[in-house]
Amino acid sequence: MSRVALRNVWKEYGDHVVLERLNLQVEAGEFCTLVGASGCGKTTFLRMLLGEEEPTRGGITLDGEPLPAEPGPDRGIVFQRYSVFPHLTVLKNVMLGLELRAAPLSGHLLGAGRRRAREEAREMLAAVGLEHARDQYPAQLSGGMQQRLALAQSLVVHPRILLLDEPFGALDPGIRSDMHRLVLDLWARHGLTVFMITHDLKEGFYLGTRLLVFDKVRHDPQAPQAYGATITYDLPVGATDRGLYETIRADVRKTETDAAVAA
Amino acid sequence: MKRLINFQPSRTTGLALGLLPFVLLLLAYLMASDARLAENPNDKLLPSFASLGEAVHRMAVEPDKRTGEVLLWADTGASLRRLALGVGISALIGLAFGVALGAIPLVRAGLSPFVEGLSLIPPMAILPVLFVVFGLDEVSKVVLIVFGIAPFIVRDLQQRTRELPRELIVKAQTLGGSTWQIVLRVVLPQILPRLLDAVRLSLGAAWLFLIAAEAIAATEGLGYRIFLVRRYLAMDVILPYVAWITLLAYLTDVALRLLTRAAFPWYRHAVAKGVA
Ligand SMILES: Nc1ncnc2c1ncn2[C@@H]1O[C@H](COP(=O)(O)OP(=O)(O)OP(=O)(O)O)[C@@H](O)[C@H]1O
Ligand SMILES: [Mg+2]
Repeated sequence: MSRVALRNVWKEYGDHVVLERLNLQVEAGEFCTLVGASGCGKTTFLRMLLGEEEPTRGGITLDGEPLPAEPGPDRGIVFQRYSVFPHLTVLKNVMLGLELRAAPLSGHLLGAGRRRAREEAREMLAAVGLEHARDQYPAQLSGGMQQRLALAQSLVVHPRILLLDEPFGALDPGIRSDMHRLVLDLWARHGLTVFMITHDLKEGFYLGTRLLVFDKVRHDPQAPQAYGATITYDLPVGATDRGLYETIRADVRKTETDAAVAA
Repeated sequence: MKRLINFQPSRTTGLALGLLPFVLLLLAYLMASDARLAENPNDKLLPSFASLGEAVHRMAVEPDKRTGEVLLWADTGASLRRLALGVGISALIGLAFGVALGAIPLVRAGLSPFVEGLSLIPPMAILPVLFVVFGLDEVSKVVLIVFGIAPFIVRDLQQRTRELPRELIVKAQTLGGSTWQIVLRVVLPQILPRLLDAVRLSLGAAWLFLIAAEAIAATEGLGYRIFLVRRYLAMDVILPYVAWITLLAYLTDVALRLLTRAAFPWYRHAVAKGVA
């Protein structure tokens, strides 16, 4: 199934090397957590998987096929903000994907099709605990509820890969751990392959099946943009210990301080 | 004592303060008018309230001797029809082109410089051209309004479309949306309330172009009447007409606001939260 493979992938913006020498193979059903210094290119990496950006060198394949060069329904995404449509109620936000699939011309479902889509959307809302809010608009929801909605909306079209860009970064720690439980539950239930960025290294250490650390291994103090970040650690979750955690944290900190000094 | 920047008037104080300038203006008018009429009872510049009332009665109640129509209503009907046509056509053009320019890079590359150039032409400068091409009838007046405000609406909606968070457009693609579906279900519904905002902002200009066109060539209309009776220095007609136009403009503005609130309940929430 959905095996993602990167072969020597680089991403550059002009002279600015953001990512370099990325080699990675992720099997279907893995849950990868991505951590790294701020600005090191985690979002850029996700955008390449999404098809919104193309690598400047190397290639990405999905089940052996080159990745489509634009976003599609096999790869869902939840951003930190702006993931749901402000003009649609909660229920209609979730129905949208079903309607787009079934009604290429009008984008709207009627009659029995609409009833079925509504049923399906309500089940999805129940799974993320939002049944009661189905007639509200996103702006009337709390941050955590909006992100639950974003998850439900993505999952209703059954993507094979789910990309999460710091989806819970703005939430309180208590709510965040609820959300993690929800994501793990959905991941297991839908058989997804997940890539989740977090800025909290500790989360990465305990969540999912695999931890990917992005960091720079080469530094040029005169030209901080000459070298990009790459994957410095690729660890199965569970095989990680306290000492390693401290080492990685120190590395990431150092990259961040270097960047601050250079700027 | 609080700082002035922190001092919030109560509702009644606010209302009273808001009315005060209007009352003062009326008072000033009364005094000036009295003073002038005391010197010269035939003065036409600042007519008394009594003669203003008479003129209003003549224009708004009595049928005109020559045409048999009540002039104020005939003028209002003619002007509002032109305004509605001009603004309505501009809104449609604005919506279609604004969304296409904002959402589709190829259209933007092809048309953006052209639209920008078009919007720089002073509409009044081409009014003679419009009269030559479309004749002196209704069409040229409507076209002048369209020429005057459509480029603004197009450019405003192009900007609003581009300001929609990129994330939403990407998200819609991950839900399987095609370009057409995304425009229809994601872009258009979010742009409609902004269209009403843009229309509201361009109404002042629309009135300007309407009155200008009517002043130059028309047989009825609010602007036509004002410029017609100006020849007789009939301030007793001009002043009520100006007040009436102002009231119409105000009511249109209020109506559009109410429409936005009623038709797009999500818009207020989203704007208040800064997510739209
Ligand atoms: N379209 C672009 N054009 C030029 N530079 C870009 C572009 N997109 C990203 N960058 C640069 O790439 C680098 C990585 O950005 P990215 O957003 O991927 O970092 P990140 O790891 O997600 O950071 P954060 O943890 O703060 O979200 C940044 O220096 C950014 O300025
Ligand atoms: Mg990021």
